[in-house]
Amino acid sequence: MITVRIPTPLRPMTGGKSEVEGTGASIGELIEQLNAAHPGLKDRICDEQGEIRRFINIYLNEEDIRFLTGKDTPVKDGDEVSIVPAIAGGGHD
Amino acid sequence: MDFTEDQIERYSRQIILEQVGGKGQQKLSRAKVLVIGAGGLGSPIALYLGAAGIGTIGLIDGDVVDLSNLQRQVLHTTPHVGVHKVESGRRLLEALNPDVRVQTYQEHISAENIMTLLPDYDLVLDGSDNFGTRFLVNDACFFAKKPLISGSIFRFEGQLATIKPHEGYPCYRCLYPEPPPAGLVPSCQEAGVLGVLAGTIGILQANEAVKEILEIGDTLADRLLIYDALEMKFRSVGRPKDPRCPLCSANPTITVLEEHHVSCSV
Repeated sequence: MITVRIPTPLRPMTGGKSEVEGTGASIGELIEQLNAAHPGLKDRICDEQGEIRRFINIYLNEEDIRFLTGKDTPVKDGDEVSIVPAIAGGGHD
Repeated sequence: MDFTEDQIERYSRQIILEQVGGKGQQKLSRAKVLVIGAGGLGSPIALYLGAAGIGTIGLIDGDVVDLSNLQRQVLHTTPHVGVHKVESGRRLLEALNPDVRVQTYQEHISAENIMTLLPDYDLVLDGSDNFGTRFLVNDACFFAKKPLISGSIFRFEGQLATIKPHEGYPCYRCLYPEPPPAGLVPSCQEAGVLGVLAGTIGILQANEAVKEILEIGDTLADRLLIYDALEMKFRSVGRPKDPRCPLCSANPTITVLEEHHVSCSV
């Protein structure tokens, strides 16, 4: 199993869970599998073309997959994947 | 610069630190920092940098103090509800430490004013509340070659990074190439934020700024710090320089300052 850390903005889709388990041989497969278990998650992570949105980063064990092989980056049991979107609040409003 | 006896006493607890000393205190006293936003992050930033004896603190914010701000914006007090935030901030900072020169700009930061402000400062701390400003400040600091300490918060989560592309480190766009399109993002008002979280992240920004000025320690120049206040977890992830960065790579697509208009968070 692959442990996936879910950021605050996406937790409504995982029933409030900050961590879920997933499977797949690549990041792309993992996203598909996560979406099957938590519908709507993929739309938040990927754009209409299925590419990972440019204000969302996915880390495989602390490394940004954009600097590996993107969605094709291989994953294996025991890996930790983190989804980290840009946040902008400064506590003003 | 010679310190008075009062100043030596005021800063004694940090002057006795080997990494600070009299020379470090002089660096702090000569430093000029610009704080973008006198809100949740800007408040602890300004208070701690003011207390530490930073020579000049610039505060830019166009808003007035609202009662709902006081849960986290500790630079402002109840009698200052209705007063411009930069003026309210100036009064508290001057009361805290008369050594600090407080410059106030009662306006929102924009593509028009930012490039005229930056030359007067050594370092910028971003405590803004929207993506448009965050990307604008990143781009402007890149063009002006100013180090930027970026902090942001959302509900129970915070992010922090030191941005110094002019020294070979990644910029904010190396981390996130583009802001999210409007519509995908709820406003901060809808999202809510834990007041203490603003303090935590703002104080960590101030800590990074002090180290940058003193040139000590390890900074977040090539890492992103992620804090989850609910789980009480700090994590840091690698933040490489993007060879295809639209701003700071060898072949940039952004060559002039442009403004985006998007709001709070994903």
